[in-house]
Amino acid sequence: MSLINLGAYELNELIKKKEISVFEIAKAYVQRIDEVENDINAFISFDNDLVFSRAREIDKYIKDGNDILDFTGIPIAIKDNVCTKGIKTTCASKMLSNYVAVYDATVINKLNRHRFLMIGKANMDEFAMGSSNENSAFGVVRNPWNLDCVPGGSSGGPAASVAAFETACSLGSDTGGSIRQPASLCGIVGLKPTYGRVSRYGLVAFASSLDQIGPLTRNVKDSAALLEAIAGYDEYDSTSINTDVPNYKSFLNTDIKGMRIGIPKELMIKEIDCEVKSSVNNALRMLEKSGAIVEEVSLPNLEYALSVFYVIAPSEASSNLSRFDGVRYGYRNTKSRTIREMYKKTRAEGFGPEVKRRIMIGTYCLSSGYYDAYYDKAKRVRTLIINDFKKAFLEYDVLISPTSPTTAFKIGDRADDPLTMYLSDVCTIPVNLAGIPAISLPCGVSKNNLPIGIQVIGDILREDNVLKIASAIESEVKWKMNLQI
Amino acid sequence: MGKIINKKDIKHIAKLAELKYSDAEIDKITDQLDKIINHITKIGQADTSNIVPTSHVLEITNVYREDKVRISFTREESFKNAPLEDEDGFKVPKID
Repeated sequence: MSLINLGAYELNELIKKKEISVFEIAKAYVQRIDEVENDINAFISFDNDLVFSRAREIDKYIKDGNDILDFTGIPIAIKDNVCTKGIKTTCASKMLSNYVAVYDATVINKLNRHRFLMIGKANMDEFAMGSSNENSAFGVVRNPWNLDCVPGGSSGGPAASVAAFETACSLGSDTGGSIRQPASLCGIVGLKPTYGRVSRYGLVAFASSLDQIGPLTRNVKDSAALLEAIAGYDEYDSTSINTDVPNYKSFLNTDIKGMRIGIPKELMIKEIDCEVKSSVNNALRMLEKSGAIVEEVSLPNLEYALSVFYVIAPSEASSNLSRFDGVRYGYRNTKSRTIREMYKKTRAEGFGPEVKRRIMIGTYCLSSGYYDAYYDKAKRVRTLIINDFKKAFLEYDVLISPTSPTTAFKIGDRADDPLTMYLSDVCTIPVNLAGIPAISLPCGVSKNNLPIGIQVIGDILREDNVLKIASAIESEVKWKMNLQI
Repeated sequence: MGKIINKKDIKHIAKLAELKYSDAEIDKITDQLDKIINHITKIGQADTSNIVPTSHVLEITNVYREDKVRISFTREESFKNAPLEDEDGFKVPKID
C-alpha cells in the first residue's frame, strides 16, 4: 500500500517506529500532487522545495531524539484564509493576491509545536463566501469523485486535497457549513468545533460570531487528534474558551448503548434527495442496532435559520471587510485621484461578485431605517434557535441530519442563482448560529458514484458525544471510495 | 413577492459600502438583492416579544489584561504589504 493511502495516525505509528522518514512521506505526496493537481486545483500556493526542506528539518528534529507528537511530519494543507508567516495568504481574492502574512495564526503555532509538514495553502471560495468553490479568483476546484462536479465550499480546496490523497489532513474554516458541506461532497470527515474551542487569531474574519477553524480528515480518529492539537484557550482571541482540552481520541470506539439521538424533522425537509435520506436512515438503523435510542424531535424555529444567517453573516462581513480599502495592504487601484475614488475602485475591482453581494446585503441590513427590522430582529430569532437547541439537548445527546440536501452538483449549475446556492447549507447553518459542534462523515455513495454525508450535532463543548456517535457510524456503515483520478 | 429593492436603493447601498456597480451590472444586482432580501424578510414572522438578542453564543465579558509593553511588529513588517508608502507612513491620494 502506498504511503498516501495511510491516515495521519498510521503514518505517525510508522514514524515512531522509525520505519519511514518524513522525507519519504513528502516525496509520496509531492508525486501525487504532480499527478492530479492539474485536474483538481486544490492549492493556491504549493512549493515542492519548501516541502522537501521542511521534511528534512523534521527528520533531523526526530533524529536528534525529540518527542514525536501526533502530527510530527504529517502533511497538512491549510485553507488560504489562515495566516502563515512569510507565505501568501490570499483568501482566494484578487484583493489579497499578493498579501504575505507577517505572523502565524495560533493554529499554525500550535501545529508548529508538533513540527507538522505544511503541504500548501488550499483553494477556497473568496473570503470563505460560497458553497461550491466557484467563487475563487484562482479558479474552480474539481471534485475528485467526478471532475465535472464541485467539491463544495467554501473549504473546497481543503476537502478536495484530502479526498484526492494530495495531503493527509487539512484545516478549513466553517461559518455556515464551510467545513462540513465540502467534506460531505468529497466523501471525507469534517468537524466544526464549538465556537471558541479553537482560536480564531490569524483567521481572516468573515463573520466573527460564527467563524470557527476545524479539521478535514479521511477518518474520525484523525479528526479527533487534529482537533486536540489545535484546540485551547488563546489570549489573542478574547472569544476563546478557557477550559481544558480533553483527550478527544479516548471517545472513539466506545459503547453507545443507551445514547439518545434526536432527528430534527425541520432538517429532514422535502428538498433532501431520496438517496441522501435513505443513506442517513440506514445509518440511523445501524445506530439503533448498536443500542442507541433514535427519536424524531421538533426544533420549530430552525425554519428561520437560513434567513437569520443571511442577515447576520453578511452584516458582520460588511463590517469586517471594510478594512480592505487599498491603504495598508492588498490590491489598490493606482489611477485614482482622490481617496474616495480609490476606495470605491479598489473595492469594486478587488472583490468578486459574491463578496460584493454579501457586503451589499449586510450594508443594507445595518443601514439606518432597516437595522431594527433586519439585524436586530435576526439576533432575536437567533436566540429562539439557540433555545430550541438547548431544549433538544435536555432530551438528547446528539442530533442527526443529512449534511447537504444533495450530493455534489455540476460545476456551473447553481452559479447564477445565489439563493439556490445558499440553500446548499440549510442543514449546516443552524449549528453555527447556535455555536455548537458538529461533524460530517460519509454514510454512503449514490447510484451516480457520489458520496453522501451525515451530520452529527452536539451540545456546547460536547465534542465527546459527537465523536462517539461518529466513530460508531464509521465502524458500522460500509461504503466504497471510487475516485475518478 | 413585491419589490423591496430598486436601482436607487442599490446606488445608495453601494455608496455606503464604498462599492461601485457599472450600468451594465446594476440590473442584475438589483434583481438578485431583491430576491435575497425578499427571502430574509421571513424572519419578521417569528414572534420575538420578550426575547433578548444574541450577539455572541457564549456568555462572554470584556477581557482585561495588564497594560504591559510587549514585542510587536517592526516598522518594516508593518509596511511590508503596503501598496504605497513613504518614510512617514502609508501614502494615499488626496483626501476629498
